[in-house]
Amino acid sequence: MEEINNNDSGAIAQIEKPQLSYSQLVWMRFKRHKMAVVGMVLLILMILYSTLGASFTTESYSNVTDTSIRLSPPYLAHPFGTDTVGRDILARTIYGGQISLLIGLIAMAVEVIMGVLIGAIAGYYGGILDSLLMRFTEAMFNVPQLPLLLVLGKLLADKIDPFPLLGREFSGSVIVIIAVIGLTSWMGLARIVRANFLSLKEREFVTAANCIGTRNGSIIFGHILPNTMAPIIVSGTLGVANAIISEAYVSFLGVGVMPPTATWGNMLNGAYQYIESAPWLWIFPGTLIVLTVLSINFIGDGLRDALDPHALIKAE
Amino acid sequence: MFRYVVRRLLQAIPLLLIISIVIFALLQGSGDPLATLGGRRTVRPEERERLARILGLDKPIYIQYVYWLVGNDWVKIDVDNDGIPETAGTRKGILRGDFGTSLVTRGEPAIDIILERLPNTLILMIPAEIFILMTALAIGIYSAMRQYSWIDQAVTAGSFIGYSMPIFFIALASMYLFAVNFRKWGLPYLPTVGMFDPKVGKTFSQVVIHLVLPIFSMSVVSISGWSRYVRSQMLEVTSQDYIRTAYAKGLSERKVLVRHALKNAAIPMVTLLGIEIPFLLGGAVVTETIFGWPGMGRLFFDHLTRSDTPVVMGILMLISFAVVICQLITDIVYGWLDPRIRYD
Repeated sequence: MEEINNNDSGAIAQIEKPQLSYSQLVWMRFKRHKMAVVGMVLLILMILYSTLGASFTTESYSNVTDTSIRLSPPYLAHPFGTDTVGRDILARTIYGGQISLLIGLIAMAVEVIMGVLIGAIAGYYGGILDSLLMRFTEAMFNVPQLPLLLVLGKLLADKIDPFPLLGREFSGSVIVIIAVIGLTSWMGLARIVRANFLSLKEREFVTAANCIGTRNGSIIFGHILPNTMAPIIVSGTLGVANAIISEAYVSFLGVGVMPPTATWGNMLNGAYQYIESAPWLWIFPGTLIVLTVLSINFIGDGLRDALDPHALIKAE
Repeated sequence: MFRYVVRRLLQAIPLLLIISIVIFALLQGSGDPLATLGGRRTVRPEERERLARILGLDKPIYIQYVYWLVGNDWVKIDVDNDGIPETAGTRKGILRGDFGTSLVTRGEPAIDIILERLPNTLILMIPAEIFILMTALAIGIYSAMRQYSWIDQAVTAGSFIGYSMPIFFIALASMYLFAVNFRKWGLPYLPTVGMFDPKVGKTFSQVVIHLVLPIFSMSVVSISGWSRYVRSQMLEVTSQDYIRTAYAKGLSERKVLVRHALKNAAIPMVTLLGIEIPFLLGGAVVTETIFGWPGMGRLFFDHLTRSDTPVVMGILMLISFAVVICQLITDIVYGWLDPRIRYD
């Protein structure tokens, strides 16, 4: 694009300037957000760490306990040290990272599905359905998330058997945590989606679709939803970060994902009791959580700017 | 106004009932309170059944809920399991102010356990909230006034990072730096555990220095969030016409800020604050756990893990009640800040 500008005279370049597609425009604007790019690189590194890292060590190794070397500081055989029962912290951060990232992603999917469905139905149909759903949303908003997570986590703990996925055995508590986090975090998104549906359903293209007899489901998902993707993408991105933090809080308190399955959160459980003698217990998993959450939040911020339709008009 | 308040309070009754039913149902399914009742000693099966009958745990869940709500002093309990109810129930139910007795520390009224912890939590949460609001207001207003200055940029970046920090990471890192390493380096260091040094006793200065690290840990995330919010609210308000008018008629920047900008920017903040305040009663589970602070958050968590329904229900109902009251106060304050809002 810039080459054309340089080679030809300005006026012609304006005319011949190739029309950027929406996604190209978004990508161009996203790249301008320096911190978002840094966040992207950082997140890719985190994903590589917990996926490629797994090829250097096995999951069973990450669960091997050897109390004779418990709480040993970092040294060559265990570069991140060992935990209270002598497990290798490096291997546990790798396999724990897989679970933490997976929980973040799937809980976000649950959140987005709940938020979009409730917001869309409330906004599109309106009336009693709308007020019922919105009262419910408000009620959920007023319940503090952490106690609710704790109560639900405790209620459902041990009720689901371990299951295999992607060549790994996951403890049932992973599912519980995903469901509980997803089901307690959709309210903000539901409100945004509802507000957008309220204004979009009055637009001409919806009236037109109604006139040619398009079914409601098709109007909701085929016509209105694509026009409100931007806030959904942004809040979905930030939702991953929130889910990772929520998992860490619950597991930190010891009611989340149960050991021996490692997550970055449950590796921190009880670490404060060794604050003086074994700081490596929390420094490594803690730093990984902070870097991941920070990078995702930066990406979310970049996406918010890049997807903002008002900003797009200004750019053109 | 009076009618409005009465109507709102009446509306709150079904809401509180529904909340209590849902939480009660959730708690019932979440474990066996008798499992941990005997302490280290295992409870014998016959003793266990007797206890269940005394505590009413053998009844179906809706009966248990009714007993919790209105008490069981109008029925007789069959304690010796001979088919003839003979012992009169003693519970009065939460509607008559009886929160029930704790299942963990047997016999102790739940309300006493809660009220014992409540002051500790308030000592922690109220100074924290004041510190958070003051700092966030100062930071937010300053960076809104000097938008795009290097300080604003630094604050925006800093609050972004602070917002992404889990509280436990800040708590552990600050503990490690200010307590462990400061002691190692021979600097004055801060205490990490409890409310006071048992050797010195619960004096004012002891409690204050034990508050520093917990308050700091809780504040970083909240200050980041609040200062971003204050900044964006102030920016929105200061672009309004009436602010330009205020400047144009020659008011000093201070007067414009406080009288015109801040009062209008405060309206949405009051809503947010009204949501936050009741939850101060609930304490902070994570912070209290790490710093060994004997507050409501830890009480809730400890008794939740041991399925102590009366205490957990008591705490949650207290908070729910506070939520209802605070929302009402918020709406009244809202009308006072913005006279366009009328309640009839």
